[in-house]
Amino acid sequence: MNDIVVTSRIRLARNLSDVPFTIKMNDYDASNVIDRVKNVILKNKQYHFDFFEIKKLPLLKRQVLIEKHLISPALASSKIKSAVAIDQNENISIMINEEDHLRIQVLYRGQEIQKAWEDANKIDDFLEQHLPYAYDETWGYLTSCPTNVGTGLRASFMVHLPALTLLGYMKGIIDTITKLGIAVRGFYGEGSEAAGNLYQISNQITLGQPEEDIIANVVSITNQIIEQEQQARLKLLSENRAFVEDKVYRSYGILKYARNISSNEALRLISDVRMGISMGIIKETTIDKLDVLLNLIQPAIIQDYFGREMTPEERDIKRAELIRKILG
Amino acid sequence: MLCENCGKRPATVHYTQIINGVKTEMHLCEICAKQKGSIEFDAPFSVTNFLAGILEPAFGAQVLKPSLEIALTCKGCGMTFDEFRRAGRFGCAMCYSSFSEKLYPIFRRIHGNTKHVGKIPTKMGEDIAIKREIDRLKIELNVAIKNEEYEKAAQIRDKIRDLEKKLSRE
Repeated sequence: MNDIVVTSRIRLARNLSDVPFTIKMNDYDASNVIDRVKNVILKNKQYHFDFFEIKKLPLLKRQVLIEKHLISPALASSKIKSAVAIDQNENISIMINEEDHLRIQVLYRGQEIQKAWEDANKIDDFLEQHLPYAYDETWGYLTSCPTNVGTGLRASFMVHLPALTLLGYMKGIIDTITKLGIAVRGFYGEGSEAAGNLYQISNQITLGQPEEDIIANVVSITNQIIEQEQQARLKLLSENRAFVEDKVYRSYGILKYARNISSNEALRLISDVRMGISMGIIKETTIDKLDVLLNLIQPAIIQDYFGREMTPEERDIKRAELIRKILG
Repeated sequence: MLCENCGKRPATVHYTQIINGVKTEMHLCEICAKQKGSIEFDAPFSVTNFLAGILEPAFGAQVLKPSLEIALTCKGCGMTFDEFRRAGRFGCAMCYSSFSEKLYPIFRRIHGNTKHVGKIPTKMGEDIAIKREIDRLKIELNVAIKNEEYEKAAQIRDKIRDLEKKLSRE
């Protein structure tokens, strides 16, 4: 099952009661929130957080954090003073002055939503002991946007659905589950809608359900989609085995021998090979290696990996080199 | 393909985002992407932009009495309800109580619910418990006074004072 769920993520939106929300904040307010949160975070003995002020980070570093999903694009381009605290394992990040004063985010590889929730909950408890949260007995945690009020919780899975996409089933699935208060977002490469085949499934409703129910709901719908993906893979194998094997091995061949490759092409090929491994077609490499690649091939991360800025052309060459090295 | 922003340099950075089946693409050159593209990409498609639509008053209400909406203003940050409706964002925690009456239908439309049943912050949970205990003790105090049990009443009074102190400290 873990070859379909790539990552699990929990996010909690929180605000302080005694400072205007970010839309109405001035520089003084922004610094005030950063300083107070920083002081509290550094008191935490359980996790070790590194603290970064966004404006002090070079653009490339910000882009790396976006690609690692540790900060949002909105935080990186924030007009007001913003910051982020990141734990040493890079599973937990606390964004300060994004849409809300606080965005506690926990991200794990694989199906680890429960673990992510436990961590997020623990950090939330800790912060709450030292900061005056904006909370109302009726409406729960008060957030900047009315779509987050109540629990402030977003539970999401990044899932890899190549077979459902290939068979053209995704549109129907998205239409159906959208009606259940669940959102599906796809991140695709240029031109081809199939590139990547990675989708993010998350709850839309945050008010009127306890946290555990919201999470259970997303888990249950995701499990059903996983099951459908497995069925679709079996269908592909039984009806189009030769086609699938050819597709998967061609992609593997290009990845293994290319000398120049864009991130979009790499993403598409990695998706094919990833599916090929879990279908038992490709035994020469592992899902783990491909998931490492999934991260490393991204434009900013690859520059960070090689420790210098590169032109897009140079990146494509280095990317091909890196992929060959990891695939061995 | 040329960069969508400057129209001069070749587009080398491509973003495609699909939310609930709605696809949006952006093709930029390295330089423009650095300046704006990659980072601001999320903004035009955020939920808040669609929210403004949801927050619009119902068609009838808008036609009938646009001028009757006397500027409802938040006591905390000065945001007007109209401003909130346009931005789709609250200005501060007090906006919730300031706009209270108008929020129920909005929350019902977004969440299908108007009552939080999830987590209660521990500290606030304690406060709520203390407040309830004080209310209970006040009733007990009245009973004691009525029964002329003054020693007992003094004890209860001290207990209330302690709890009130505890509340104000926090």
